Amino acid sequence: MEARLQELKNEALEKIQAAQTVKELTDVRVAYLGKKGPITDVLKGMGKLPAEERPKMGALANEVRAEVTESLEVRMVLLEEQAINEKLQSETIDISLPGRPAKTGNPHPLTRVVEEIEDLFLSMGYEIAEGPEVEKDYYNFEALNLPKGHPARDMQDSFYITEDILLRTHTSPVQARTMEAKGGEPIKIICPGKVYRRDNDDATHSHQFTQIEGLVVGEDIRMSDLKGTLSVFAKKMFGEDREIRLRPSFFPFTEPSVEMDISCFKCGGSGCNVCKKTGWIEILGAGMVHPNVLEMAGYDSKRLTGFAFGMGPERIAMLKYGIEDIRHFYTNDVRFLTQFQRTEL
Amino acid sequence: MLVSTKWLKEYVNTQDLPPVELGEKITRAGIEVDAVIDRSEGLANLVVGYVTECAKHPEADKLSICQVDVGGGEIDQIICGAPNIAQGQSVIVARPGAKLPGGMKIKKAKLRGEVSNGMICSLQELGIETKLVPKSYAEGIYVLPEKAEPGTDVLSYLDLDDTVLELGLTPNRADAMSMLGVAYEVGAILEEEVSLPEIEYAEAADSAESMLSLEVDAPEANPLYVAKVVRNVKVKESPLWLQQRLMAAGVRPHNNVVDVTNYILMEYGQPLHAFDYDSLGTGNITVRQAKEGEKITTLDDTERTLSAHQLVITNGTDPVALAGVMGGANSEVSDETTTVVIESAYFASDSIRRTSKDHNLRSDASSRYEKGVDPNRVIPAAERAAQLLSELAEGEVLAGSLIFDQLDKQERVVKVSPDFINSRLGMKIRLEDMLDILSRLKFNTEAVNNQLIIEVPTRRQDIQIEEDVVEEIARLYGYDEIPATLPRTDATPGGLSPYQAKRRIARHFLEGAGLLQATTYSLTSEAAATQFALEPTETTRLLMPMSEERSILRQSLLPHLLESLSYNTARRIDSAALYETGSVFLKGQDELLDEQEHLAIVMTGLWLDHSWQGEKKAVDFFVAKGIVEGLAEKLGLELSFERGEMDGLHPGRTAFILLDGKRIGVIGALHPSEQKKRDLKETIVMELNLATLLTRETEALVYTQVSRYPTISRDVALVLSNIVEAQTIEGVIRKAGGKLLKDVRVFDLYEGDRMDEGKKSLAFSLRYFDPEKTLTDEEVNAAHEKIIKALTESGAELR
Ligand SMILES: [Zn+2]
Repeated sequence: MEARLQELKNEALEKIQAAQTVKELTDVRVAYLGKKGPITDVLKGMGKLPAEERPKMGALANEVRAEVTESLEVRMVLLEEQAINEKLQSETIDISLPGRPAKTGNPHPLTRVVEEIEDLFLSMGYEIAEGPEVEKDYYNFEALNLPKGHPARDMQDSFYITEDILLRTHTSPVQARTMEAKGGEPIKIICPGKVYRRDNDDATHSHQFTQIEGLVVGEDIRMSDLKGTLSVFAKKMFGEDREIRLRPSFFPFTEPSVEMDISCFKCGGSGCNVCKKTGWIEILGAGMVHPNVLEMAGYDSKRLTGFAFGMGPERIAMLKYGIEDIRHFYTNDVRFLTQFQRTEL
Repeated sequence: MLVSTKWLKEYVNTQDLPPVELGEKITRAGIEVDAVIDRSEGLANLVVGYVTECAKHPEADKLSICQVDVGGGEIDQIICGAPNIAQGQSVIVARPGAKLPGGMKIKKAKLRGEVSNGMICSLQELGIETKLVPKSYAEGIYVLPEKAEPGTDVLSYLDLDDTVLELGLTPNRADAMSMLGVAYEVGAILEEEVSLPEIEYAEAADSAESMLSLEVDAPEANPLYVAKVVRNVKVKESPLWLQQRLMAAGVRPHNNVVDVTNYILMEYGQPLHAFDYDSLGTGNITVRQAKEGEKITTLDDTERTLSAHQLVITNGTDPVALAGVMGGANSEVSDETTTVVIESAYFASDSIRRTSKDHNLRSDASSRYEKGVDPNRVIPAAERAAQLLSELAEGEVLAGSLIFDQLDKQERVVKVSPDFINSRLGMKIRLEDMLDILSRLKFNTEAVNNQLIIEVPTRRQDIQIEEDVVEEIARLYGYDEIPATLPRTDATPGGLSPYQAKRRIARHFLEGAGLLQATTYSLTSEAAATQFALEPTETTRLLMPMSEERSILRQSLLPHLLESLSYNTARRIDSAALYETGSVFLKGQDELLDEQEHLAIVMTGLWLDHSWQGEKKAVDFFVAKGIVEGLAEKLGLELSFERGEMDGLHPGRTAFILLDGKRIGVIGALHPSEQKKRDLKETIVMELNLATLLTRETEALVYTQVSRYPTISRDVALVLSNIVEAQTIEGVIRKAGGKLLKDVRVFDLYEGDRMDEGKKSLAFSLRYFDPEKTLTDEEVNAAHEKIIKALTESGAELR
């Protein structure tokens, strides 16, 4: 009986090693370890043995069983792994095929520029003020120190609807309205929006365009504060190593008035076609709020002072992205719009 | 303003600065130099020649064979095609090896068999614009007004060795519209003195009053009028230096009398006018308002009808000039003129502006009057004219002038404290530096009790208040010296308003959903203004549109967005999905318009295109509807949809969008005929009142506990008449479902051949749920039965 068990064991171990698939191995298991298998048969015959031999024989049978089982398990792990590998092999895909495009749109380049400027000033504690595009002559001109008959407010240059109503020519009326509404309180706002001028559309002119203006009014606001603010803006918007310079200029609603140039972001100041060989690029107009403007809005210009600045997102986008024709912003060519998808950070 | 640097040196030492450097200094101090123009650019080896002989070319009618003395004893043969070439002229010769603008090099040549050793030049060939070339030489070569030494270098002889600065003047700096004004500015920058022209001339024994009388009937519009009489003038060509200075300044030379008035206009910034005394016929000048309907023919040969608010110069009866704008043809100085009346006057700027605008007539004179001339230069300019006419036209200046003078020529006094200046600038400029700057500007200043008392010269009409002085100090001290600080206001929180924040959320949602943001024009045509408008009102038209296409304010964003789609499809971009947020303009109660912020979407072509895996989906109503529903969900709002119709949209595929039962938008497929008109394939549009969505306050977000109990699903498939809407059936289900019914969802629609005529099959998936416990089959069955019953009662047939 002992011999029979040894024989069975060797036989089983041999078949286990010979099994090539999970199925074959399962068959071996059923054949040798199943309830009707030969080992069970042998154990059934134990009754015929003398009582003192039974424990020894029982132990031997269990040993054989354990050995066969272990071998089976080891082989099973191997064969299963092999089976999985074969299956995976057959499931290989061509990873170079294009992925299913994620449907996505993007903001208009002007929105992109406007939002970048907005976020910068929002982080410095500014609020965003908005106002109507169809505006009263009073807010668009008179309240800004441009009385009727002032040469800078020619009918030819503005889209009037009636004598007193027109399409705003800048976003400054929003400043006038905000000052009037704030009733003498300090202000820190930027005003983005669409504006209109009586221009023929060509590569550099558009009868409709965008503006962003800023206004700070408070106690002891100085020209140096304007310079510092614009310097922060220039560095955030055009790069940390940008320098700014102020040049005297003229706007009816500010005194003193300046224009701000930044050192050319393309050539760094040595001169190129972007900066027209000057090393500097004109970016915006600014100045200290004219006392007449403050007084007209009900502010005591002796107590409170302020600065204002204004810029054109179209110009900034054209410079920043190298866009050659302002009309692109209003044609909505998909081949143009989709170029403003990715981040620049 | 064009400033010849060579001419400028007459008044101020420019320290031999290279013109580019001078221009940079002027720019940094406040007057922008737009361009630095080298008048000699591209010119080389040009000499004065003297035509000793001139004969017709035997082979060519239009050519002349000239023998030209080019100096150094050389006589060269040059063929010339100009009609005005003649023997005895001093001319400009480009000898072989000479260079002309545009890179042209002169070589020895043969013209119809005759040798030509170079070329006789016109002024245009030297790079001067035709409109500046004296009329008599516009069609041919330029003949030097005086005989010149042959062989002389033309560049210096013609003052072309000069650089012109083109100033871009802001409206406040009218003072720089004259050479003297620029000289004062440059003097202040370079710390140099300005030398004024010395005026000296001999007067005749007879007085001006003996020949002319003056009357001013409009002292408000004309507070100062000076007239001088110059007799026995010889009207002829001006000397070369004068012609060249005018051309450098952008003025065309005419004759010595007219040129003198223009020269002084450029030099002093004071417009002058010269009348032919004999043509006046009356020996009188009367300034008055025009009579309504009165007529005058101006120097440009245009007859103009006058209005009462316009100012005219008359001979006592008839107008002889439109004051300050343009002279009359009837009193023009001609070659026959012997006696000239010189007018130098101060006309009020608004009167001139109005007149100039009425007649759409801008001249060098009117543009200076409009901005305001210097009251203290009116009389000197008249004297300067008398001097130059006596020198250049051999005129005899009658003694004295006729003067009407009620003009205040007092200098304005501005008082400002140094502390004020420093506090506005955020700087610490010392008092002596301020005084130095003011003295460079030639502003007489006294410092008394911490106060600067400044007498502002009348040429600087722009300096009126303390802040103007702040700017003068700062710009000459240097803006680079201003430190960079930040406002010391109390910290403000700043930030977006809820409306603005939600607008950004909406935009980001739409972009995430696959739409490109577009921007279109607010101005449109009459036809497009109200198309697709949700609540069209009377249209708003511009008073003076530039074109019919851009004459009316839009009431819907869709027409221009559809144009953008057509623009793309015309360029073979067949699929596009755009959105725009922007204002529409409706007539409102107020005098201002009712501006509403709208959102519109247009889409055409394929929405999904992933063909190799068999995924391809064209845009349809439900793509757009899904986006609108998603947007509403994002904003915490619930929209409903109701079948509707709108012109231009497919009548079976249009719905109005409702918020709380109120119509706020429309969504639909473009009508096939509209598609055809716009050359578009299947196109879906949507527009809604975004402001309504964004102003609606949303409820606070409160978390609902996630239940431990499962939901149980049951499906129901129905056969319905195909006019019954899913929304109706869903309503029936929800109504009958009771509180256990959690969710209803359409999962199948079949309208194919296997259905009876007029029927469709619609299948819903229903989910039941009790937050308190696990539902039993019996409970679900009971609820589901009630729904089935309600459905069958409503006419649906169970499938
Ligand atoms: Zn550059």
